[in-house]
Amino acid sequence: MADNDQLQVELVAADRTVWSGQATMIIAKTADGDIGVLRNHMPVLSLLVDGVISVDPVDGDRMYAAVDGGFLSVANNRVSILAQYAALADEIDVEAARAEFEAAQGEDSDEAQERARRAEARIRAVEKAS
Amino acid sequence: MAVSLREYRARIKSTESMKKITRAMELIAASRIIKAQQRAQSAAPYARELTRAVSAVATYSNVDHPLTREPEDPKRAAVLIVTSDRGLAGAYSSSVLKEAERLAERLRGEGKEIDTYICGRKGEAYYKFRGRPVVASWTGFSDQPSYDAAHEIGRTLIDAFLAEEGEPNAVDEVHVVFTRFRSMLVQEPTDVRLLPLEVVEGEEKPDRAEVLPLYEFEPSAEAVLDGLLPQYVQSRIFFALLQAAASELAARQKAMKSATDNADELIKKFTRIANQARQAGITQEISEIVGGVNALADAQAGQD
Repeated sequence: MADNDQLQVELVAADRTVWSGQATMIIAKTADGDIGVLRNHMPVLSLLVDGVISVDPVDGDRMYAAVDGGFLSVANNRVSILAQYAALADEIDVEAARAEFEAAQGEDSDEAQERARRAEARIRAVEKAS
Repeated sequence: MAVSLREYRARIKSTESMKKITRAMELIAASRIIKAQQRAQSAAPYARELTRAVSAVATYSNVDHPLTREPEDPKRAAVLIVTSDRGLAGAYSSSVLKEAERLAERLRGEGKEIDTYICGRKGEAYYKFRGRPVVASWTGFSDQPSYDAAHEIGRTLIDAFLAEEGEPNAVDEVHVVFTRFRSMLVQEPTDVRLLPLEVVEGEEKPDRAEVLPLYEFEPSAEAVLDGLLPQYVQSRIFFALLQAAASELAARQKAMKSATDNADELIKKFTRIANQARQAGITQEISEIVGGVNALADAQAGQD
């Protein structure tokens, strides 16, 4: 039964809803390691790290999105991913991300490293999608 | 007479061009306000999900986090005042500032000292002119705030709140004064206590069937809370900024509409006066001619 292996997914950034719809599986990168969520997963609230989220929508191909930290909350087959910044792979400007990555790597501060990590996540999301 | 007629014409002209400007500003504000409302709407899901998550953690773990802890003897309070960058918005900025004064008065009455933080050039100018100290101010985004701005403000305020007593800028409470957007016609300045956080379980109690599930926290409830609460604070600030932006635009639209109407009135009035002056000029000329003709006629009658 199609209804039985679906998750209601909301990928929300601070200023907009990035994606919302039905999916069969979510893979996200938490502070403790990767987590995969299928239907009937137990309720979880976990911290994400800068990285790539992959979503298997019910119809269509697997999608990738980059997030800057944030949270994953799973309950009653509803998955919400909250992040200050989130973007689907096809919305990401790879060139800009690459440029930022290079620029941030040259510097040697915590903030620059964070920027580099985030840019890297964006680049990786695009690479996976292509 | 002709001089004053020309003067009136010039005044009518300048009022007309003023009217064009205020009319344009009114239309711009009207179109931006729709965008501001859309932004507020698209920010809503984030705030909603975040609130859900925070109340989930608050319900299933013993919340004891520095951000929610009530200080025993609050002595200093930080007040963030959200004003506009630009004027010509009627009483918008001044009513926020008035509300801030009221809040400051109340806090002082409770024996607290006040650190002021400001958003928007108008508020900054107000405090600078009066020579009052401001701890920090942010400007340049009042009519379309970005989340980054809220993030920055949030971080500053949280740092001030978490700082130990004795450190510079350490405060025991954080308040925000902003204008709540009720409708296009009503915007009211409000103050809200931001920190320490009161974790509300949501105004509407969840239904029995929708009781929040027993969550597993990764890596731990404390760590999740550590990450969640600052975000929650920032999202509340973002909410305040968005509301303030919508209110500013609504206030500007209203102010500019009455300015346009007023210009209309003025033009009407000046046109009447100008017509009167013109008519008076004509009457005078006619009576001069008639007088001249009469005098000539009299003189000729005398000769005959």
